[in-house]
Amino acid sequence: MTDLTSFSAAELAGLVARGESSAVEVTQAHLDRISAVDDRVHAFLHVDTEGALDAAREVDSRRAAGEPLGPLAGVPVAVKDVLTTKGIPTTAGSKILADWRPPYDSTIVRRLRAAGTVMLGKTNMDEFAMGSSTEYSAFGPTHNPWDLSRIPGGSGGGSSAALAAYETPLSIGSDTGGSIRQPGAVTGTVGVKPTYGGTSRYGLIAFSSSLDTPGPCARTVLDAALLHEAIGGHDPLDSTSIPAPVPDVVAAARLGASGDLTGVRLGVVREFAGEGAEPGVLAAFRAAVETLTKLGAEVVEVSCPHFQYALPAYYLIAPSECSSNLARFDGVRFGLRVGDDGTRSLEEVMSATREAGFGPEVKRRVMLGTYALSSGYYDAYYGQAQKVRTLISRDFTTAFDQVDALISPTTPFVAFPVGARTADPYQMYLADLFTIPSNLYGGPGISVPCGLADGLPVGLQVMAPTMADDRMYRVAAALESAVGPFTPPAL
Amino acid sequence: MTTTLPAYDEVVARYEPVIGLETHVELGTNTKMFCGCPTDFGGAPNTRVCPVCLGLPGSLPVANRAAVEATIRIGLALNCSIAQWCRFARKNYYYPDMPKNYQISQYDEPLCVDGYLDVEVNGEPVRISIERVHMEEDTGKTLHVGGATGRIHGATESLVDYNRAGIPLVEIVTKPIPGAGAMAPEVARAYVTELRDVLRSLGVSDVRMEEGSLRCDVNTSLNLPGEQWGTRTETKNVNSLRSVERAVRSEMIRQASVLAAGGRITQETRHFHEDTGDTTSGRSKETATDYRYFPEPDLVPIAPDPTWVAELKAALPELPRLHRRRLQQEWGLSDLDMQSILNAGAVELIEATIAAGTTPTAARKWWLGELSRRANETGAELADIGATPEQVAELQGLVDAGKLTDKLARTVLEHVVAGEGSPAKIMADRNLEVVSDTGALTAAVDEAIAANPAIADKVRGGKVAAAGALVGAVMKTTRGQADAKTVRELILERLGVQG
Amino acid sequence: MAAISREEVAHLARLSRLAVTEEELATLAGQLDVILQAVAQVGEVTAADIPPTSHSVPLTNVLRDDVVASCLTPEEALSGAPDAAEQRFRVPRILDEDVAS
Repeated sequence: MTDLTSFSAAELAGLVARGESSAVEVTQAHLDRISAVDDRVHAFLHVDTEGALDAAREVDSRRAAGEPLGPLAGVPVAVKDVLTTKGIPTTAGSKILADWRPPYDSTIVRRLRAAGTVMLGKTNMDEFAMGSSTEYSAFGPTHNPWDLSRIPGGSGGGSSAALAAYETPLSIGSDTGGSIRQPGAVTGTVGVKPTYGGTSRYGLIAFSSSLDTPGPCARTVLDAALLHEAIGGHDPLDSTSIPAPVPDVVAAARLGASGDLTGVRLGVVREFAGEGAEPGVLAAFRAAVETLTKLGAEVVEVSCPHFQYALPAYYLIAPSECSSNLARFDGVRFGLRVGDDGTRSLEEVMSATREAGFGPEVKRRVMLGTYALSSGYYDAYYGQAQKVRTLISRDFTTAFDQVDALISPTTPFVAFPVGARTADPYQMYLADLFTIPSNLYGGPGISVPCGLADGLPVGLQVMAPTMADDRMYRVAAALESAVGPFTPPAL
Repeated sequence: MTTTLPAYDEVVARYEPVIGLETHVELGTNTKMFCGCPTDFGGAPNTRVCPVCLGLPGSLPVANRAAVEATIRIGLALNCSIAQWCRFARKNYYYPDMPKNYQISQYDEPLCVDGYLDVEVNGEPVRISIERVHMEEDTGKTLHVGGATGRIHGATESLVDYNRAGIPLVEIVTKPIPGAGAMAPEVARAYVTELRDVLRSLGVSDVRMEEGSLRCDVNTSLNLPGEQWGTRTETKNVNSLRSVERAVRSEMIRQASVLAAGGRITQETRHFHEDTGDTTSGRSKETATDYRYFPEPDLVPIAPDPTWVAELKAALPELPRLHRRRLQQEWGLSDLDMQSILNAGAVELIEATIAAGTTPTAARKWWLGELSRRANETGAELADIGATPEQVAELQGLVDAGKLTDKLARTVLEHVVAGEGSPAKIMADRNLEVVSDTGALTAAVDEAIAANPAIADKVRGGKVAAAGALVGAVMKTTRGQADAKTVRELILERLGVQG
Repeated sequence: MAAISREEVAHLARLSRLAVTEEELATLAGQLDVILQAVAQVGEVTAADIPPTSHSVPLTNVLRDDVVASCLTPEEALSGAPDAAEQRFRVPRILDEDVAS
């Protein structure tokens, strides 16, 4: 029998539904794969073997009882360790939460359980989702299955690497500036940042509340759509959740897979198609544009003049919000406490705890945000960045008057070697150059593999208007049908 | 400090005070501001908490509709404009009773602005301008352990209970109030009193200052006539209406003494002490805390629909001032009589007593007479004296039914105040009912006549006024439990004289 | 000229409740300076009349009905506490000057 880990989620759900394979078999195959390769990949921070097998048995018994099963029942999923899981360690990649077991489930995790998916465990990430390489995890970096000496992107490197290593067919990420799409691009997998408000943030440990968006990761566009449908939709526990049905992303992915994009107008973002990206990335992107044209799409160039200010605006807004969001990690109600020796005051213990519990990138951003929100600097920094945010959103709406969706490379460079960019924080920030505008605007973005450069995957990003997530699925599925799939060398 | 403080009239002869009041009201909603935890008091520690009000990672706030409505209603009752669009903001500072180390509040975009509240001080109308009314969340409660006094100073550790964290708070801020002169303390008290009555009439809070559901911070500054306003201090821990007045007065005297000695006033927080009546220095605000306010990204703006606001406005109850005016008419009182009821803080008590079935005259008599006298003696608020309107009405009912004389009723009331139960029960327990059994009374009367033959003769001879001595004798033998009028009639009857 | 001084960085660390070491302070000052110079580019944009965006969703009045929901048990609430006593969260002594309004 073919190795169960090589199937897509849609195929696995079919096998389970038809009784050709049990959910327990599917789950066990993935647990075995994790045992076999994760010491080298390090995609997982926690594997919930017992919980996964229990959930799988539950699906099998429901099927045996003739109960209706959802479209992903029995399919394994890995969850970025930034989403709370009741009773199961949730660290956000930080030492400060090393031993924390939340007393509640995030909405996404509740929906995953309700859909009959099998949660394998929690995946590695840059601490508090701040980073583009997973090197800022307090628990050691994740390695890219395409080349173990390279980074898998970040912050959700664990979720994407687990897909590329065939440890899971589905995973969940969170995208604040590109943390789903950029790892997707450099691991040759699909990563989706849904419309902000289209997926619930309840139980997502906040980095930057106005930007954070949980979303699906998969090896195929259809699988991502199926997962998107399972986790998306209105949640009364999140005030910023949009009270509307999930766009029909599954139908759009199926439509796109036919390979016909006739009548679709795509805009290449002029500002992102020239400088700033590696030649190999640009070459793969241009080839993909050719392919899209061959599939019937009309491709034009559009200008988004304020996109060049997206990165600086982002690095004011996100740190500002994070400086406040991370204030609660003080060693009082949960998590690490350091230095409480009976002589120190609370303030000293808090400061010692945060000093010991946070890594360097988190400290940089907390301090940067504290600075940007200070009364003397607020207008020049945080206030001005919010105005730039408005202008970037206007660029998007102007562009979407002309085209159905925008396209660009997902990230300027392919997977870089571990350690290559940690010395200069700003060089790391550039990884999110092309993904950040969508976060500031709130619209959806998808990264789909479009080619290779020097044997490493390159992703194409499709950006769509808010709540038009289906449009980008159609384009991505069409490209996938023409150029994919991209399979990494065997581990 | 050994400095002799100046007399109050010297202070106000030399300086002009400017006061301002910030009042926090805990709303009486079922649930907290941003989560579904109940707001009831008295639960065991940390039993009214959830991921949201504990500030656990990943949790998110959702605003309570009832709290927003209550805030709009307060704004409307205080004649404010209701913002067409406003936001919540985060106020960032570290303190362990605040689970997220920021408080969700409102900053430059409050829900209600620019209102006023009319109050009366010694019969004179005073209009207090309201700057803003905004929503925020309460903090948890910290228990300081190891210190001598249970206070933070000297404690070795603290224990935190988050049951109160997240309870909806409304903050009501006045504009600075200049020009009150010597009346500043009374103006402050009158404002808080009127505000409390307004809030109570709206039914948005139980407004109990002692329990902290109504908290008041008083800003005070002094300046020489014609000069700029002085540096202000903010006095906290002002937990009763009487304390509001005392706090302003004592802070005015303290500041005057500092200024007179050539010193300058430090901008700081001061704490009022109920026992001594003075304030002591708290945190200095010289190095003003930068709260790094920014719009709360986890909540969306509040944009009250004009129709919604109009509906809330139409449903406002009669506000205390109009209500009082109507009561005065119904009760047929002069301005002066009404004023004395107001001064005693007895309007609602009398109203409730009447509602419980007694006449305005009787209700007023009890509350302004016997009960006010006791309240003055003990320094308690009339409402906390220990007698309820229902008990007072019941007491008057017993008098009306002839079961108690006025004098006996006062005795019963003393026991009511002492917490012995209802008037009827006390009357029975203590055997205080009027002796109305005519047989026993007749015996007592006959005894008195027999014991005082000379007086009896005088009465028989037409000197009816002399009967008073016999009445006194009967009252003495019945230990005051007979009705004097009945006794008198009985004496005259036994002596064969027409009354 | 540096956008931020070492003293300012030390102040930020205190405000952020981070007991950074002297060595860290030096590294952080240099890194924050680079980042601040880069992000200061937002100042190049003419945006005086542009309204700020704080939320990308066009929602208003997202309100919850005033209905009691279930709480955590005290055991759950305290399960992650580094230290607890008397069913409360225990913290070291609090400095007086920490007290805020």
